[in-house]
Amino acid sequence: MNINKKILSILMALPFLFVIGSCSQGGNGGALGSSVADRVYVPPGEHDEFYAFISGGFSGQLAIHGLPSGRLFKVIPVFSVDAEKAYGFNEETKPLLNTSFGQIPWDDSHHPDLSQTNGEIDGRWCFINANNTPRIARISLSSFETEEIIELPNSAGNHSSSFVTENTEYVVAGTRFSVPIPQRDMPIDEYKGNFKGAISFISVDQETGRFDLSFQVIMPGFDYDLAHPGRGASHGWMFFSTYNSEEASTLMEVNASQNDKDFIAAINWKKAEELIASGDFETMPTEYAHNVYDESTHMATSTMKKEVRVLDASKYPGLVYLLPTPKSPHGCDVDPTGEYIIGSGKLSATLTAHSFTKMLDAIENEKFDGDAYGIPILNYDDIVGGVVQSGGLGPLHTEFDEKGNGYTTFFISSEVVKWKVGTWEVIDRQPTYYSVGHLMIPGGNSRKPFGKYVLAMNKITKDRYLPTGPELCQSAQLYDISGEKMELLIDFPTIGEPHYAAGAPADLIKPNQTKIYKLEENNHPYAAKSESETRVERDGKEVHIYMTTIRSHFAPDNIEGIKVGDKVYFHVTNLEQDYDVPHGVSIIGANTSELLIMPGQTETFVWEPKKEGVWPFYCTDFCSALHQEMQGYVRVSARNSNVPLKWTLDGE
Amino acid sequence: MKKSKIIMIVGALLLTSLFFLPMWNITLEAPQYPDPIGMDIHINKFEDANPNDIKNINIMNHYVGMKDIPEMIPEFEIFPYFAIGMTILGVLFGLIGNRKLYLVWFALMVVFGSIAMYDFYLWEYEYGHDLKETAAIKFTDEDGKPMVYQPPLIGNKMILNFKAKSWPRLGAYLMFLGMGLSVVAFYRDKKEQNE
Repeated sequence: MNINKKILSILMALPFLFVIGSCSQGGNGGALGSSVADRVYVPPGEHDEFYAFISGGFSGQLAIHGLPSGRLFKVIPVFSVDAEKAYGFNEETKPLLNTSFGQIPWDDSHHPDLSQTNGEIDGRWCFINANNTPRIARISLSSFETEEIIELPNSAGNHSSSFVTENTEYVVAGTRFSVPIPQRDMPIDEYKGNFKGAISFISVDQETGRFDLSFQVIMPGFDYDLAHPGRGASHGWMFFSTYNSEEASTLMEVNASQNDKDFIAAINWKKAEELIASGDFETMPTEYAHNVYDESTHMATSTMKKEVRVLDASKYPGLVYLLPTPKSPHGCDVDPTGEYIIGSGKLSATLTAHSFTKMLDAIENEKFDGDAYGIPILNYDDIVGGVVQSGGLGPLHTEFDEKGNGYTTFFISSEVVKWKVGTWEVIDRQPTYYSVGHLMIPGGNSRKPFGKYVLAMNKITKDRYLPTGPELCQSAQLYDISGEKMELLIDFPTIGEPHYAAGAPADLIKPNQTKIYKLEENNHPYAAKSESETRVERDGKEVHIYMTTIRSHFAPDNIEGIKVGDKVYFHVTNLEQDYDVPHGVSIIGANTSELLIMPGQTETFVWEPKKEGVWPFYCTDFCSALHQEMQGYVRVSARNSNVPLKWTLDGE
Repeated sequence: MKKSKIIMIVGALLLTSLFFLPMWNITLEAPQYPDPIGMDIHINKFEDANPNDIKNINIMNHYVGMKDIPEMIPEFEIFPYFAIGMTILGVLFGLIGNRKLYLVWFALMVVFGSIAMYDFYLWEYEYGHDLKETAAIKFTDEDGKPMVYQPPLIGNKMILNFKAKSWPRLGAYLMFLGMGLSVVAFYRDKKEQNE
């Protein structure tokens, strides 16, 4: 009997063995089959290994994706209004979008970068630049909200931004356009010698993250394209790629592409700090907005600043040197050791790696090859550490893994090329689909890269996805770089233009998440922290409603005594103290967005009723089983009516 | 001092742990609460297992007409006196060193403990049965009677989509240990007498 059972069980097991055997054979088959799918598949309920912070380009926002799945979790509104989240619409966030030009609802967000400590990403903040109206934003990686935006005077086309020094001493932001500094009415064809480029150094408070525009270095009238800080031995220096060293102002595609070499500008910011500390600077009158969101009042304030400290690069020997680099270099990237500064000659086929050691040696021995507006130009042959003969066209941007490899995108030849730092040999190349701009390895511009994946971001997708009329999505593509050869795993559509990205291991960021805002720490001046504090107050034509939400009702939910022509402020506090229970609200005819209020938060929208009647409002975020019942009415009477102000919840 | 006396006194003093540690805990688990919500019951208060848990239990329960968990119940005023009284009594008995008194103390603890559990049951019954007439959601059981939401006295129970777990906590376990020690002290004393 027992023996029979045994035999039976062995027989039953045999088919399974066959199945398992054939499965693994299929997996070894190689092609883009199930094995690749497995590597990007994050099962339901499980988390991705990395966060990717992908800029939205002309959307002005910052998208949060997970890697390797590519799933989109959140679009953080930064420089553009977002009706979904009331960003730029509610009274609390409007000041964040204030500038010296007034309120601006849109910008072009390009280069996110993460805060660092000792040259390693530390998961505190993400910074990103606005290109069009020059600004830098700071985003909290606890709340995933924009907390601060500072405008940059004297800058125009804030492109070589926002790059963070090794201990987050500064977020550095360079101008793309040179302009008259200070701005004035003058003929454009007098550009040469008169236009200047401003490089801004914004200091960061290590506790609060608060910005201060510490100083600007005023540079010759080139275009400043991209930048990276030195690290390790080169810490204290900042490197900027430049183009238009011709100083042209028209038909730039030709006139700014004539010089065989442009420059990488090396700024010794430690030296700049000394000059500032010793008072050896000029103070220039100007105007720029500094906007700060306070998590305790749940409100932003905007302050106009009136002056900026400037250092004219031409006047301070030792502050700036120019490193000749072919040709209109775009990416300006520093390897994890800090020794090599890689210039990607956008209009050439080569990458130039300048040696920091050689640069210092050339400076020490004053081996200069002339100057530009008093700024010494070093000799190309004295400083070059190596050249990658890539075989590709249009190198743009390089990041690094921890094994001594560089990964560079090539826009014109649509590919990613892997090469060895030091030997400069090309190891592998893989196509992208299509026209890749920047790429990202988590920590790939720090001293400690996490070289498991590289994410390449494409400008053009043509036939890659289901077509959606003339306007198509742009995309990101993920490659596994853990082996010798890169392997394409997945591509996924993105918001706006995925211009540039930063990435971090999820474990660095997950533990610090804000889950709710504590009601007892809510210092909003119009908060109602319990239903007993709810009320309606009239002050002339202004009416302030102190309202609360909790599953599943508003308090108060019946309001009378509002008149046509009133300006009605709904100050709504979400009394929930449970994770992931926001409430939303809007009222018929409101000329603004909904509110989307997180637990413990207070937000405000303004409603100016235009017609008599009884007008409903309701919860716009599906909050609970009785969400559909979460609604109320406001009675609006004629201007001259005597209906008294009255508010109730359930007749109380 | 005889070891049995020390054991009795230690056993009685273990009761004081009730002033620092929770006696009981009720936890509710459901898929949409990956962090379960729960309430610790102390000798003199209900407490959030995690911040805001009681508030969130109340929000959830109000849909079926359950009343809020009260901040104060009369028991919270009475129980501490019993705990202090029994501690003093136990220490006193230990000092006197009469082993029969140890058993008396144990018996008193069993009696008071049973009364407390019965009281707890009554409170749970009331909490689970006394529903507001105006409840938004009125479920009925298989027999068509109004659904009740009484948590288990001890153990686990499914209540609609929630798994309710009701178990003693460290304070109660130390109290049980103290009661056990009084019995140990009894036998120990017997042994010591015989030696």
